[in-house]
Amino acid sequence: MIHFVLLISQQGKVRLAKWYSPYSQKERSKVIRELSGMILNRGPKLCKFVEWRGYKVVYRRYAGLYFCMCINHEDNELEILDIIHHFVVILDRYFGNVCELDLIFNFHKAYYILDEILIAGELQESNKKTVERLIDAQDLLVETAKEEANSISKLIAQATN
Amino acid sequence: MNPFSSGTRLRDMIRAIRACKTAAEERAVVRKECAAIRAAISENDQDYRHRNLAKLMFIHMLGYPTHFGQMECLKLIASPGFPEKRIGYLGLMLLLDERQEVLMLVTNSIKQDLSHTNQYIVGLALCALGNICSAEMARDLAPEVERLLQFRDPNIRKKAALCSIRIVKKVPDLAENFINPAAALLKEKHHGVLLTGIQLCTDLCNISAEALEYFRKKCTDGLVKVLKDVANSPYAPEYDVSGITDPFLHIKLLKLLRVLGQGDADASDSMNDILAQVATKTESNKNAGNAILYECVSTIMTIEENGGLRVLAVNILGRFLSSRDNNIRYVALNMLMKAIALDSQAVQRHRATILECVKDSDASIRKRALELVYLLVNESNVKSLTKELIDYLEISDPEFKGDLTAKICSIVEKFSPEKIWYIDQMLKVLPKAGNYVKDEVWHALIVVITNASDLHGYTVRSLYRELQTAGEQETLVRVAVWCIGEYGEILVGNAGMLNQEDPITVTESDAVDVIETAIKRHSLDLATRAMCLMALLKLSSRFPSCSQRINDTIIHYKESLVLELQQRAIEFNSIIEKHQNIRSALVERMPALDEATYSGRRAGSVPAAVSTSQGAPLNLPNGVAKLTAAPLVDLLDLSSDEVSAPSSSGGDFLQDLLGVDLSPASSQPGGNHAQKSGTDVLLDLLSIGTPLAQSTSTADMLSSGHENKSSPHILDKLGSPSGPPSQDSPPVGSSSMMDLLDGFGPVSSVPENNGPTYPSLLAFESSSLRVTFNFSKQPGNLQTTYVEAQFVNKSPNAYSNFVFQAAVPKFLQLHLDPASSNTLPASGNGSITQKLRLKNSQHGKKSLVMRIRIGYKINDKDVLEEGQVSNFPRDL
Repeated sequence: MIHFVLLISQQGKVRLAKWYSPYSQKERSKVIRELSGMILNRGPKLCKFVEWRGYKVVYRRYAGLYFCMCINHEDNELEILDIIHHFVVILDRYFGNVCELDLIFNFHKAYYILDEILIAGELQESNKKTVERLIDAQDLLVETAKEEANSISKLIAQATN
Repeated sequence: MNPFSSGTRLRDMIRAIRACKTAAEERAVVRKECAAIRAAISENDQDYRHRNLAKLMFIHMLGYPTHFGQMECLKLIASPGFPEKRIGYLGLMLLLDERQEVLMLVTNSIKQDLSHTNQYIVGLALCALGNICSAEMARDLAPEVERLLQFRDPNIRKKAALCSIRIVKKVPDLAENFINPAAALLKEKHHGVLLTGIQLCTDLCNISAEALEYFRKKCTDGLVKVLKDVANSPYAPEYDVSGITDPFLHIKLLKLLRVLGQGDADASDSMNDILAQVATKTESNKNAGNAILYECVSTIMTIEENGGLRVLAVNILGRFLSSRDNNIRYVALNMLMKAIALDSQAVQRHRATILECVKDSDASIRKRALELVYLLVNESNVKSLTKELIDYLEISDPEFKGDLTAKICSIVEKFSPEKIWYIDQMLKVLPKAGNYVKDEVWHALIVVITNASDLHGYTVRSLYRELQTAGEQETLVRVAVWCIGEYGEILVGNAGMLNQEDPITVTESDAVDVIETAIKRHSLDLATRAMCLMALLKLSSRFPSCSQRINDTIIHYKESLVLELQQRAIEFNSIIEKHQNIRSALVERMPALDEATYSGRRAGSVPAAVSTSQGAPLNLPNGVAKLTAAPLVDLLDLSSDEVSAPSSSGGDFLQDLLGVDLSPASSQPGGNHAQKSGTDVLLDLLSIGTPLAQSTSTADMLSSGHENKSSPHILDKLGSPSGPPSQDSPPVGSSSMMDLLDGFGPVSSVPENNGPTYPSLLAFESSSLRVTFNFSKQPGNLQTTYVEAQFVNKSPNAYSNFVFQAAVPKFLQLHLDPASSNTLPASGNGSITQKLRLKNSQHGKKSLVMRIRIGYKINDKDVLEEGQVSNFPRDL
């Protein structure tokens, strides 16, 4: 099971943090501090696994961003590397050549996508297209609702004038 | 409308925050935004609620407190539209976790959303539930989730499956409800549903033996077929990961098969073919393929033995081990740890490669490899492996030296074929990594040295030599100084020469020189320098010619600002100057220390020993100053037995006192506790009505107060040298303090205190618990009754977090003392006692009555029992 997912920038800023096991606010900042200290300093050639408090943290670096997932000791680290990549490919397709700024200004979208890939710390969908389809459908629902709201307020405005 | 909240858009806020150049600026921006959001919340602003929540989430991610936004999530979730719900659920998952009570309020909204006509809203609710639901919510909503496992849209089914995992993990009792629907998911074609269904089955197997049996019987063949299909499936672009179709599904299937095959020959048999196929046919040039192979190897090694498959698996690991990809090497080392239990010969073949990995530049790989090497050591290879590791010790990274040293010492101790080899290896480790050697390791070394009488000369000479070059290694200095003090004359006399040894000439003053050099080194800690003084005293008797010189040095330390050194110096100086007649008897050579006793003691007190060895170098056994034979035993076993078995001898009592009074800060929990019972005595005093009783308990009070006050006084006289408190003192301190106060406190509760006697009362009994009350009264104070409540567990499960509460009507006054424990062992194997004091202001008119409530946890589940006790004896 994945206990948490972290996206940390090279400067140590958190770009996404999703917790599937309970950690208090205090513990969360401690975890982030500890891990960014350990992971950001590792050289590029080293293996992508860090042993930490009896767990393992698997990370992968894309440009200036580190995608980290914490798993149990007996879990399959190599599978997690592929799950991270799976997530990144979907982000990339959704945003079209994703960059850090996309994830900053549309952080909620990144969370929505993650929620279509993982639930309860387990992988939900291995089909990238399915994930995209589900996200698009939900985005569309939001757009329609917005347009409706706009047209109603226009109608009201017209009626009151 | 709030003028602020409409002001900035989410995008603008993020820009403003990013534009900040300093942390202070950022805080100011965040503070302003938070103020605006709070204002909007208090005005119940609806138009911008979702925008405000989105801002809060961003602020939360930066690490600022955002609890005030929690209710906003609930409001958004309760609103009808999809956009509001979507952001509301996201906020719920980010800002809250399962431990917050607010979460309970959302149960109803989630329940409604789980039955919503819009399947995306159902999906949102399932996702939130799966990510953060608590045990109570799991219980409440399990039926809805179970129903959704059969929902028409597969995307809901897969979410429901993962949500079920969380539910059964939170409430394992519910597992059986999910067995059948989970088995149905295994027959699906949709990969998402299959993936999640398989995971659900795996978790159910881990939770429930019944589920395991069921899936093993009904599903093994089906799963084997699914794996066969997916392994042989043609290229499918949407599932393809570097040439392999859906590696994730492969892995999940292999995992479940592993669980089903473990310990069952038939199930294992039926999956052999497909495992062999996966192990041989999977491409291993990309990560995805290796991930599958890795999982497959793990499965092969866990299920029932099949020789051919095992060979295949070990070969794959061998290939992994020689890979150039560090990730692959890491997992190979990881898996070889498992393999070693099955086929250690096969793993031994890779010994050289593994040893190379210990020297890798990657800390993760080094750590794994070292663990593995540790498992590989046996009688036949211990010498060569130890040599390799010790050679590497010299050049290894400082941060790795600690781990490496610990493992080498452990190997050397465990497998040493003879004493001289053991001593030799330790003599190599100490100069290289003496600062990383744990206390118990060098203690053990000294025990071995004292027992090897034929090696005393060899050892002390080697130590002397090493000390010249590696005087900065703390433990080397300690061992060397100790040995030179003990065996000084052997060092100088070149006695007991071994054949392979080079003779050295050491004069008496050379020997004193090295110790004086050590004591002057400021980088060495206090314990080491105190040991130097001790060694000097010993040498002053062994080397009469240097006696005057040594005395001068010791006199120098009489002015030391370090109390411990000063006191030793004063004592030793007076021995040298005034007690010549007993000096030689005092500093006689230590008798050989009993190895069996030492190792036994150590085994019994490992945790304590570990805790003292860290960061407590000042943990000086003041016993050394007492110059008896026993202190060295103390020295070697700092976590002495008093911790577990407080003994009543005078010395121990004093030591207990030391523990209490010198450690006010470190004994906090216990100390506070004790303090409380101290004030209880006082309260006792104040609450007692009749003058007669008052006078007696005043006497008690006074005597206990006197006793307490006198304890530091005793210490003054003793002039105890033992610096700051030792780490193991808190338990000692608190328990002895309790004893102290128990003895002096509510004296009247002691039964033989000749008050009237009453039969004990079965106050409460349920199927799981029995509570009995024993009564006593102080003569002359009829209003007050002392009750000793005893709780016995009738169930087969231990109770934790045990809390007893009681309530009484107004004419009674109740006082509860702390309970003896908060855990209650199972099946009546022990009990908790708790003292209560009841004062009946209507004594003689009304009898006692009490309502009780008992809370505890069984396996992390809260249980509450309540009852009324009205059958107290009438005359209480």
